[in-house]
Amino acid sequence: MLDANFFTALLSLSLVKATPLVLGAMSGILCERSGIINIGIEGMMLMSAFAGFLGAVFSDSLWVGVLVGVLTGAVMGAFLALLSIRYKVDQIIGGTVINLLAVGITSYFAVIIIDNQSLSGIGVLPIIQIPLLADIPVIGPILFRNQPITFMMLILVFVLHVALFYTPWGLRTRAVGEHPRAADTVGIRVNRMRYLDTTLGGMMAGLAGAFITLESVGSFESGVMTNGRGFIALAVMVSGNWRPINALIIAYIFGVSDALGVRLQLGDVNQLATLLIVAGLGMLIGGALWALTKYLGRRDENKVPVTQIALAVAGLVMVLAPAIVEIPETNIPFQFLGLPPYILTIIIVAGLVGNVRPPAAEGKVYEKQ
Amino acid sequence: MTTETDASRGAESKLGLFSRRVFISILSIVLSLVIGGAIIALSGGDPIDGYLGLWRGAFGKEKAVVETIVKTTPFIFAGLAVAVGFRGGLFNIGVEGQLFVGSICALIAGYAVELPPGIHAAFALLMGALGGAVWAAIPGYLKARTGAHEVITTIMTNYIALRVINWSISQNGPLRLPGSALPETRRVLDSARLPSLTDTTPPLHIGVVIVIVAVFFVYWLLWRTPLGFEIRTVGLNPSAARYAGIKVERTIVLTMVISGALAGLGGAVQVLGLLGYFTTGFNVGLGFDSIAVAMLGSNHPFGVAAGALLFGVMDAGMKTMQLRTQVPRDIVVIIQGLILLFVAAPLLIQPLFRLRQVGEGEQVSISATWGGEG
Amino acid sequence: MDEPVLRVRGITKRFPGVLANDHIDLELRRGEVLAMLGENGAGKSTLMNIIYGLYTQDEGEIYINGRQVEIRNPEDAIRCGIGMVHQHFMLVPVLTVAENLMLGMEHVRGYFFLDKERTIREIEALSKQYGLEVDPRATVEDLPVGAQQRAEIIKVLYRGAEILILDEPTAVLTPQEADDLFMVVRSLTEQGKSIIFITHKLREVMEIADRIVVLRGGKLVGTTTPAETSRAELANMMVGREVLLQVEKEPAAPGEMVLAVRDLRVLDDREHPAVNGVTLEVRAGEVLGVAGVQGNGQRELVEALTGLRKVTGGQVQLLGHDTTHAAPRQVIEIGTAHVPEDRHKHGLVLAYPVEDDLVLCTYYLPPFTRSFNLQPYAIETNAVNLVDAFDIRTPTVATPASSLSGGNQQKVIVAREFSRNVKLLIAAQPTRGIDVGSIEFIHKNIIAQRDAGVAVLLVSAELDEIMALSDRIAVIYKGEIIDTVPAETATREQLGLLMAGVHEAEAGD
Repeated sequence: MLDANFFTALLSLSLVKATPLVLGAMSGILCERSGIINIGIEGMMLMSAFAGFLGAVFSDSLWVGVLVGVLTGAVMGAFLALLSIRYKVDQIIGGTVINLLAVGITSYFAVIIIDNQSLSGIGVLPIIQIPLLADIPVIGPILFRNQPITFMMLILVFVLHVALFYTPWGLRTRAVGEHPRAADTVGIRVNRMRYLDTTLGGMMAGLAGAFITLESVGSFESGVMTNGRGFIALAVMVSGNWRPINALIIAYIFGVSDALGVRLQLGDVNQLATLLIVAGLGMLIGGALWALTKYLGRRDENKVPVTQIALAVAGLVMVLAPAIVEIPETNIPFQFLGLPPYILTIIIVAGLVGNVRPPAAEGKVYEKQ
Repeated sequence: MTTETDASRGAESKLGLFSRRVFISILSIVLSLVIGGAIIALSGGDPIDGYLGLWRGAFGKEKAVVETIVKTTPFIFAGLAVAVGFRGGLFNIGVEGQLFVGSICALIAGYAVELPPGIHAAFALLMGALGGAVWAAIPGYLKARTGAHEVITTIMTNYIALRVINWSISQNGPLRLPGSALPETRRVLDSARLPSLTDTTPPLHIGVVIVIVAVFFVYWLLWRTPLGFEIRTVGLNPSAARYAGIKVERTIVLTMVISGALAGLGGAVQVLGLLGYFTTGFNVGLGFDSIAVAMLGSNHPFGVAAGALLFGVMDAGMKTMQLRTQVPRDIVVIIQGLILLFVAAPLLIQPLFRLRQVGEGEQVSISATWGGEG
Repeated sequence: MDEPVLRVRGITKRFPGVLANDHIDLELRRGEVLAMLGENGAGKSTLMNIIYGLYTQDEGEIYINGRQVEIRNPEDAIRCGIGMVHQHFMLVPVLTVAENLMLGMEHVRGYFFLDKERTIREIEALSKQYGLEVDPRATVEDLPVGAQQRAEIIKVLYRGAEILILDEPTAVLTPQEADDLFMVVRSLTEQGKSIIFITHKLREVMEIADRIVVLRGGKLVGTTTPAETSRAELANMMVGREVLLQVEKEPAAPGEMVLAVRDLRVLDDREHPAVNGVTLEVRAGEVLGVAGVQGNGQRELVEALTGLRKVTGGQVQLLGHDTTHAAPRQVIEIGTAHVPEDRHKHGLVLAYPVEDDLVLCTYYLPPFTRSFNLQPYAIETNAVNLVDAFDIRTPTVATPASSLSGGNQQKVIVAREFSRNVKLLIAAQPTRGIDVGSIEFIHKNIIAQRDAGVAVLLVSAELDEIMALSDRIAVIYKGEIIDTVPAETATREQLGLLMAGVHEAEAGD
């Protein structure tokens, strides 16, 4: 059976695992709210992870590395905007170009710069404890004892939420992504907004990249850095209905699933119990969110989203089961334990897509007729 | 606002449009090679030496030429798979996974059953195509039923396929060659191997013939059959397709099935024609490169074949290049990315060479259905 | 008073292949309503977009209160006191009225944050001053069209406009709502605003305008006042030749029942009820016109009848077959032709050559397909014949449909649909946005189909079209047929009231 310490450690690790997903999703939100589809998040993260690592190694400062990573992201974002707006490349293909180029450039220069000179990393960003708050049981270690980019992620989620819905910039961004012509007719420079927002979005992906090399791994190795997290971030964004706080919640489910995978490889938890918890949590939160969107968007007053509530309840039972009954030991290959996030993504995207509403003008070039 | 006939565009001959496209593709390739050369030079290498190495690796000896042809084959299969998807309005990033599934299905069919030579190979190829088709049908079905965008779902099915296959060839995995220290599978029976036209290594297996048939088949399918008409109509305007009585959902699933079958067949040909078994790293990245191949070939089967040849040349040559000149082989990926960039953004190079703008033609907008509004 | 508030001189604008505006001179005086009349494509919108800064003119000058100004973008126009109410509202559907109005000129509180309350107070004041009722806190997409238009007008006033350009403002309104709009327009001019009123409806011009200018083919062809002219004369100026305001036809000879709809219920895209129990019948050899203001369920009705939209209740009988839940192809194969409302979205694959668009519904049948192979020669022959028969102006049959003019694109659809052997013709807004020549051609063909024994269901927002072609007229309001009247006795006033949801009996007082 599992105790409180295990859960605290697990939920804390989950937040760390969720960080690049949330940052990636916010990258997508920034771009897409203004009308530019960004499926190049993966490539932007990869480039920034690489550039950030080099920046840190050559300057011997992790913080300079973070800065380089973020700036690299900004350049990548601006590049996507340039392709989409100036050169009218189909935005999904533009993102694919970025992903392909990122793989090529990082692996080529990784050989030339890192392997040939046998560069090694200079460690990772230190853990920061917020005095007093960090001592609160359970919540303290999870929220107030973290590395800096994780903190930044939490702050940025709320900053972006407020900025998007309560400031002139946010209002203009949303207008540009929904109805660019309307924005244009009241004197808002549509494409200028899109350049700005996509560049900011690139910076978010850049921070996610910096997280990978400078806060999490501490080194750069071609081919194993991003592992599709840029794409999972997209699924997070879609299922969070292009809202930063929803993205945080959904990314956290993925984080839990990831963290459990880590604990499993360490072999200190019961496999079946873990799978039950992950699948259960996914069903619980997914079902609840789904039910909520259904309920809020309902046309018929008496219609209750029964299926979705049942899904959530079943999830709750599965999460609680390991704490109540003894779960037998099993031997599931570790490759399978990594599957839940992918399957979860498919389920979320397939299940929610009818209920979410993307910015109406995304993917379309805005031209003055 | 005012839509009046632009006569010059209306009268644009098909041939003129075609040759302009070809010209742009060639320019893209040249420009990418130049930039790639600059990168090599900047990072301390000798670009001319590097490209010479590449050339020698691809065309140096008879063996090199065979290798180039053999390497081109899977690019054609995968490129056709992507192109069929694009024509049907679907961005099938899952070709990578469908190739793997096709390989594995052909492998299992190749060692688990005993059949007479020839028939066995045909059966294994069929199973490979079937495997790819089924694996592609899942995201196709999800798209048709729920509107889940295939870009996300196919990327996820890629990871799932990869993980499951990695498990199956890991220690104690069901496909692992008993007693081997390496992550490799059992061998297919000789009766399932594709016959070779030469006795070189790699062999010039008859997969090369199959792929040529596939190129013509795809052309026939898309432009000479009612099903092809349906696929292209759905790709260009799903609303109009529905209006015209075409079953859009069914067509989406069928497009994915055909696309996946081509990818699966490609994977099967690789396993049955080359190694005779499957191992980690086999064909990795092929599915992604094929996106560039399809784009390079304007999603036309003949164009795909030409684009694939270019990729085959680079792939065959890069080993020699790295060996002889110390230029890392990953430069090829950069060049490929650049080619895709220039082909996808003709506006980037048009001003450089003062070209007239290419007409819209039958271009599919992939972004149109993002987020499930289709 | 002597100096006009707005004067344009020698405005010229060229688009590839078209001269959209050809040296246009124009004056707008303070406090007047200047009606601008012209066909689609006459250059009205181009001129207004130039004045509003959405286009830049190739030649010519613009003067505001006698001072020459350069208007490079809408911001400049707003600064000059010019406001435009677009035909398609420039409101973001998911935002509230207040958010839409503050967009681009937001009040800020605490350095960063939107001050919505202040904007709302200002809107309420404006709304009272001009008698434009609207709830600033409502989300735009939840508002009826009339309220959206009021929000759009307030938006323009909120930006301090002295000159208001109203682009086809009555297209989406009932005649009664239009009357309300005219009241607003008068209240605005009384308070010193000047208005350019763009329209192609002659009746409105005579009613609201102080002065009238007519555009044709990018040129200004006449300036007059309602007192000096007549509707026939204006029509003449607009088109450049005699216009048949009436389509010639014999009385209908209705035959067997072709389409019978009973208590049909359909939801719209947002799953609101759009069609609420529609019952109607169409017989062979008659035209049933469905009149109504846009957005009263016409689109959903047509889509349900053609199998494109799910039916949630009721029954559809087509020539004795139950087609309530039939797929589009079944409906087509029983003998339905459908001229869709949105020709770019539904009617055509724009990237296809004309010849392929002409077999969009029949490509799989002989002679176009034989033993699983398309027959390019048969497809081409078919196209050559139809291009000839329907006078489609296209360089070749291999030309993409996208490079044809709107009227010719519509003729491609009409040719395809009318050339099949059909029993029922459903035509939705068949002449929207096309030139008069094509309109006359299509009207004649619809009547020819009727005379050949086809049952015709004509859905149109143009009352003139409905009255000219129909044998019976059904008026749809909020998804219900509120009355069906014989065409020969129907009056414009009667139909107008019905379109606003008012029965004659109720309107008696």
